[in-house]
Amino acid sequence: MNVTKKEFTISVFSENHVGVLHRITTIFTRRGINIESITVSESEIHGVHRFNIVVTETEDHIKKVVKQIEKQIEVLRSFYYPLSKIIYQEIALYKLPIKAVQNGAGIEQIIRDNHARILTVEKDFLVIEKTGHKGETQALFEQLEPFGLLEFVRSGRVALAKSAKSFKDYLKVPELGKRITEQEVREMAEKID
Amino acid sequence: MESAIEPAKAKIEKKLKISGSEALVRSLLAEGVDLMFGYPGGAIMPVYDAMYDFQDQLHHVLTRHEQGAIHAAQGFARATGKVGVVLATSGPGATNLITGIADAMIDSTPLVCITGQVFSTLLGTDAFQETDVVGISIPVTKWNHQVTRAEEIPEAIAKAFYIAKSGRPGPVLIDITKDAQVQEFDFSYKKCEEIRSYHPIPALDKSMVEKAAKLINEAKKPYLLFGQGVILSHAEAELKAFIEKTGIPAAWTILGLSALESNHPLNVGMLGMHGNYGPNLLTNDCDVLIAVGMRFDDRVTGKVSDYATQAKIIHLEVDPSEIDKIIKADVPLLGDAKIGLKALLEKVKPNEHKEWLQRFRDCDKKEYEKVIKDELYPSKPELTMGEVIRMIAEKTAGDAIIVTDVGQHQMVTCRYSKFIKSKSNITSGGLGTMGFCLPAAIGAKMGAPDRQVIGVIGDGGFQMTIQELGTIFQTEIDVKILILNNQFLGMVRQWQQMFFDKRYSATEMVNPDFQKISAGYGIESRKIDSRDVLEDAIDTFLNHKGSYLLEVIVGKENNVFPMVPAGCAVSEIILE
Repeated sequence: MNVTKKEFTISVFSENHVGVLHRITTIFTRRGINIESITVSESEIHGVHRFNIVVTETEDHIKKVVKQIEKQIEVLRSFYYPLSKIIYQEIALYKLPIKAVQNGAGIEQIIRDNHARILTVEKDFLVIEKTGHKGETQALFEQLEPFGLLEFVRSGRVALAKSAKSFKDYLKVPELGKRITEQEVREMAEKID
Repeated sequence: MESAIEPAKAKIEKKLKISGSEALVRSLLAEGVDLMFGYPGGAIMPVYDAMYDFQDQLHHVLTRHEQGAIHAAQGFARATGKVGVVLATSGPGATNLITGIADAMIDSTPLVCITGQVFSTLLGTDAFQETDVVGISIPVTKWNHQVTRAEEIPEAIAKAFYIAKSGRPGPVLIDITKDAQVQEFDFSYKKCEEIRSYHPIPALDKSMVEKAAKLINEAKKPYLLFGQGVILSHAEAELKAFIEKTGIPAAWTILGLSALESNHPLNVGMLGMHGNYGPNLLTNDCDVLIAVGMRFDDRVTGKVSDYATQAKIIHLEVDPSEIDKIIKADVPLLGDAKIGLKALLEKVKPNEHKEWLQRFRDCDKKEYEKVIKDELYPSKPELTMGEVIRMIAEKTAGDAIIVTDVGQHQMVTCRYSKFIKSKSNITSGGLGTMGFCLPAAIGAKMGAPDRQVIGVIGDGGFQMTIQELGTIFQTEIDVKILILNNQFLGMVRQWQQMFFDKRYSATEMVNPDFQKISAGYGIESRKIDSRDVLEDAIDTFLNHKGSYLLEVIVGKENNVFPMVPAGCAVSEIILE
């Protein structure tokens, strides 16, 4: 059994009801697992919400957590993935004082190099946007910091599985919301490195 | 006559709109509820008012504390297999339910708890008796939901009953704001039969059944462990047929106790920390371990890394999250215990395991000599808990419902009681809630009025919910209360003796006169401390018409053995 901690992304598909978020987070709280990032929004299916939760834990614990999440009445399905099995992005916004771009200090080149873009320019400040992995948005942060960065925000992770399956495939009527079987858990585990 | 009926009929038709409170009552009736336990208060008053008109159909038992109400509902549910229903007000009424909800969650007991809540306009404002009971109860409920509009009530109640009793049962809480209780709406009721995100019984994987049957058929030393899953899925007959066909010895968890009659030749006894010697020792000797409807609680497994490592594990379980949670299953059999056992029964070959069974018998002999003989037939003058329980088992012929609290008396009662019927052992297993017994015994009696119900309690636990004597007094039911008084919090004291160098920190009890208290509630009683009068006292106790309290003074510093010390493997079980 692998006891080293790794970064995992857990996807949860649930009904959009009050309290589901609380029910899910309490499962992590019980085991003392810190949630590093979390995003929630409606999925490709109307009324079904998708959570993306990033945690660093042993795979053994994650497997048990995922099953305990699936046990919640309003959860349709839950999956977990190592980094290698997902396509993911985060978005970061950077607010700079307007003077940072006025004195020809090379901001333009930084934006170009990082494939970032300017969202807005106001009288006193401008906002730059960059999407990418944490390392990339962090690199831009470090380059912009000397220009007197006023504010910085990074989103939680949004992630999709590297698989041609749609979540709808798991939800086909009459198997709508079919619970994960033990066999599937094991197959999933085998696919993971 | 006809003319008299007509206006009345018209009145009923006119009154299509009913209040949320009346809708709640009618919803409960539609679910077949005829008995509930509760305690009124401000935020639930409209519901109590609506109940006033339905007293002949929906009986309400007023307990003396909300914790009493919920434990009574648990006792009712465990004795009947039906959903227990509890009613409480907001704030402290709701929070007083939490211990019982947690107990029902960990012991898979179906409950529907209904709490009143402040007006929806006041939610989140720290209003009088407002507490976020939905938030508080999330970790200990199978599902919970807050209703803020009357028209949501029928659907919420329908879902609550469906969720509470299906699959692995558990407690559900519905919180209803006071405005929703008084609003009027057009009522209609439809039972819930499906929730798209919830599949209570996973379909049995036939290939796994084949694998399991192959392992069982080839096994030389197969061993079956069963838990409450057998009782919850009504699989008692299937379990018996399975072990009889295969000749496999079967041991039980304390929640599985009574699913198989005590004197069955293949019933080898109790698992766990204070279980029987053979069942623990031979767990680490069997070659195939078949776990049915149980979850490998740490009190059952002892040291997990040394648990049955030599055996192939087959785990038949309805809750997917229990598979591999503690003990990795070589063959996971996800499904209902009854369906799973039936499927296995077809595939397994008739067999006998005489030599293997003899190993259990040999262990029994050793345990009898070292532990049981002195416990059941003591030579010392002071009474033991075991001899009292033995006599009750003999006199009731195993036909009574035995309800226990938590601690030494609980272990002794589970070890030495005899059962001939399922759903006859009611105890707080997973949570270990002291104070459970007295109210649970009341609920059990109300659920099974034709059966003898005996509550066995320690002097500590009795005083945790002693106020429920008032419920017995008011309802005039017949519950037999046996206090095994050792003037200590005995189990903690035993640990202090064994593992804390006899430093008896805060475990000695200076007790009141229980007979005087009992008299205040109009309950006849007797206190004994000698063997000469034990039989006479138990005869009186069992044959008394109505409730009776028998206090037996037992040895102050007696210990429960055998014991698997904490952190040790099951095979390291000690006899003294």
